[in-house]
Amino acid sequence: MCGITGIHYSDAARMGDRGQLERMTHALDHRGPDGVGFHIEPGVALGHARLSIIDLGGGAQPIHNEDQTVWITYNGEVFNYIELRRMLVERGHRFYTESDTEVIVHLYEELGDRFVEELNGQFAFALWDRRRRRMVFARDRAGILPLYYARVPGGIAFGSEVKALIAGGLVKPELDPDGLDELMTFWAPLAPRTIFRGVEQLPPGHMAVLEGDRFESRPYWQWHFPESGAHRRGVVTDLQDELRGVLADATQIRLRADVPVGAYLSGGLDSSSLVALLKERVPDTLQTFSIGFDDPRLDESEHQRAVSKFLDTNHNHVQCTLSDIAQVFPRTIRHSEMPVLRTAPAPMQVLSRLVRQSNVKVVLTGEGADEVLGGYDIFKESKVRQFWARFPESKWRPALLKRLYPYLDLTSAQSAAYLQEFFGIGLANPDDPCFSHLPRWATTAQCKLFWSDDLRARTSGNPIERLRAALPAEMSRWHPFNRSEYVEARTLLPSYLLASQGDRMLMASSVEGRFPFLDHRLIGFANALHPSYKMHVLREKNLLKEAMRSRLPASITARHKQPYRAPDAAAFLGPHAPEYVNELMGRAAIARYGYFDPDKVGRLVAKLGRAKVPAARDNMAFVGILSTQLWHAQFVDGQTIN
Amino acid sequence: MTDALRDKIRGFILENYLFTADTKALGMDDSLLGRGIVDSTGMLEIIFFIEEQLGVKVKDEEMIPDNLDSVNRIATFVEARRKAA
Repeated sequence: MCGITGIHYSDAARMGDRGQLERMTHALDHRGPDGVGFHIEPGVALGHARLSIIDLGGGAQPIHNEDQTVWITYNGEVFNYIELRRMLVERGHRFYTESDTEVIVHLYEELGDRFVEELNGQFAFALWDRRRRRMVFARDRAGILPLYYARVPGGIAFGSEVKALIAGGLVKPELDPDGLDELMTFWAPLAPRTIFRGVEQLPPGHMAVLEGDRFESRPYWQWHFPESGAHRRGVVTDLQDELRGVLADATQIRLRADVPVGAYLSGGLDSSSLVALLKERVPDTLQTFSIGFDDPRLDESEHQRAVSKFLDTNHNHVQCTLSDIAQVFPRTIRHSEMPVLRTAPAPMQVLSRLVRQSNVKVVLTGEGADEVLGGYDIFKESKVRQFWARFPESKWRPALLKRLYPYLDLTSAQSAAYLQEFFGIGLANPDDPCFSHLPRWATTAQCKLFWSDDLRARTSGNPIERLRAALPAEMSRWHPFNRSEYVEARTLLPSYLLASQGDRMLMASSVEGRFPFLDHRLIGFANALHPSYKMHVLREKNLLKEAMRSRLPASITARHKQPYRAPDAAAFLGPHAPEYVNELMGRAAIARYGYFDPDKVGRLVAKLGRAKVPAARDNMAFVGILSTQLWHAQFVDGQTIN
Repeated sequence: MTDALRDKIRGFILENYLFTADTKALGMDDSLLGRGIVDSTGMLEIIFFIEEQLGVKVKDEEMIPDNLDSVNRIATFVEARRKAA
C-alpha cells in the first residue's frame, strides 16, 4: 500500500506549491517508505509515497496514460490487473510500466466512470482527467483503504490520512463533537463523518467526481441481500465446494506480488483456513505471524502453535505485555487518528512490527470472515432475541442467552433474570433495522456519562437516528440475520476494524494487509445464501467450518469463536503506569481539554484502581477517555508523546 | 428501613456507577436497569458490595430485579435477610 495526497484548485490556472505538497506527502512516509513522487500542473497537484510491492523498478507514481492527459495517484492493489491489462492491450492501449496502477488509467479511458466496477481489489485513488478537467476519486467496496478530503481555501485537498492535510497547513485540527458522539456509540464516526471537524472521508464502495467546485459522490457498489424468501439454497456439500473454490481463488490472486507474502495466524478458524489454502500454494516458504498475551483468558498461543505445526509453517510469535501496550498506545492513536474504546489496535501494531522486522511486506489476514460468513456473537444474540420476541413472556427462550458468551467470566456468573432485562432492549420492535445492535450501542454509549456539559451542549441529534435515516429502505424486506450483517458491515467493519485496527496499524509498520474474505465475489456468494447455511441454529460460520474441516486440526473447527481482545485499563494503572497516563488523566489536563468532567473521571480512575475485576464498561470508558486525551494532545496541541 | 442503610447503598451506587457525590443524581426508587445505571456485568459488583459491605449473602435465586433493581429494593431485601438470620 502507499500514501496519496493532493489538491484540486478551483482556479484552473493556479500552480500548486511544491513545498506544501512535499510536506503533505512526507507526513505519510510510513505508508510509503520506498520513495515519493509528485505531479504539478495548472489546477492540480498530486503526491505519492510509495511502498513497492508490484513492479519494484518501474511503478513510480503518479502514473499517466499515453499522452499524459490522465494522471493517477493511487494507494492499493488491483488483484485482477493481469487479466485487465491483457484486455486493454488487445484494445490497443500501450503501457510503459508493469504495474497494476497503470491498468486503472487505461481502464478509465476505455470504460469511463464504469471502470471502477471492473476492479477487484483494495484501493483509494484520485485520477485527474485533464481534457475534461475533472478529478475522479474512488474507494474499494469494503473500505479497506482510506481516503480523506476537506474543502480548503482555493479548492479541495485530499490524503490517505488526515495528518497529510494537517502537515500541509490546510486543516486546523479540531474535534467534531458529533464525530465523538458517533465514536462513543458505534466505536467510530461513520463515513463521511470523521473525528476532525471539516474533514470528511469517502464512504466505502463510493466514487466521487470533482469538477470545478462541484463535488458529487455516489455508491458504485453496496452490500446487498435477497428479499426474504429469495435466498439461494442448494446441496450443502456443493455449496461447501463452491465456497472453498471462491476463497481459494480470492487467496490465489492475493499472492500476486514481487515481494514475499506472509499471513497472520490468530489460531481461529478464519486465519487458519487462509493459511491452509496458502500452504497449498506456497508450500516451502510460508511465514506466519501471531501475537500472544500473558492473560490466559485472552491468549490463543496454544491454538496458533497447533495450526502452525499441523500446516508446517515458518511461524513467528510475539508476546505482548501490559507495558508493551502502554508504551505503544500514544503511537497507536497517532496512527489511528481517532480515539478508540479498546486497546486492541495496540497489539496489532506490535504484530505488524514483527512482520516488518522479518522482512515481509505483505500479509494476508482473516478479517472480514465474521461479517461475510456469519461469525459474530452479535448475530447469535440477535437470533435469540428475535426468537424470544415472538413470545416475550417465555421463560426458557431467553435462557439461550446464557450460552452466548461463555468466554466472559462475569456473564457466566450472572442471573438469567438480569441477562433478560439487558438483552430485552428493543424487544417490542423486532423489525427495527437496528434491532441487533441496540444492546451493544447502549453499552457503548455509557461512555458519554463522563462528558462535560460543554461537550454535550455542542452535539446535535442522535447518532442512531441519523444512521437509521440513512439505511436503505429495502432492508425491511431482508431476513433479520441479513439486517444484522448489513449493519455490522456498514458500521464497525469499515469504520473501526479495517481502519483503527486494520490499515492504520499495518501501515504504522509499512506493511500491506490483504483480505481474501472481503473479495467482492465471495461477499456476493455469501450474501445470496440463506442465513441457515452460515449460522446453523447457533453454530457460527457453519459452511466455512464444514468446507475446511478436512484441511484443519479438529480442535480448530470445533472451537467456539473467541473474539480478539487485549488487556484494557490494566495496562495503564498501578505502580508502573506511564507518566503520560497520570498527566493526561489528571484533573488539570481533563479540565484544560474540556471534553470530560474531571470529577467523574477522577472517580473512575479511583474505582479501577481498587477493582478486582474491572467491569467492561469501565474499561471502555477509561480507554475512550485516555485515547481522546492522547488524540487532543498529539493532534490539537501538537505534542509528541512517546 | 433505616435511612443510614439506604444512604450507604445510594452512596455506593453514586460513587461506582454515576461517578458523582450528588445525591440528586439518583432517586431511591429509580430503576438501575431502566436508567442504564447498571448493565448485566455491573450487577456482580452490587452483589459483592451487598455481601462484603452489608454482610448479607445473596443466593442465586435471589439475584433478580425484584430484589436488586433500586436503592429501596436492595434495602428492603437486605433488611429482610438480616431479620431472618
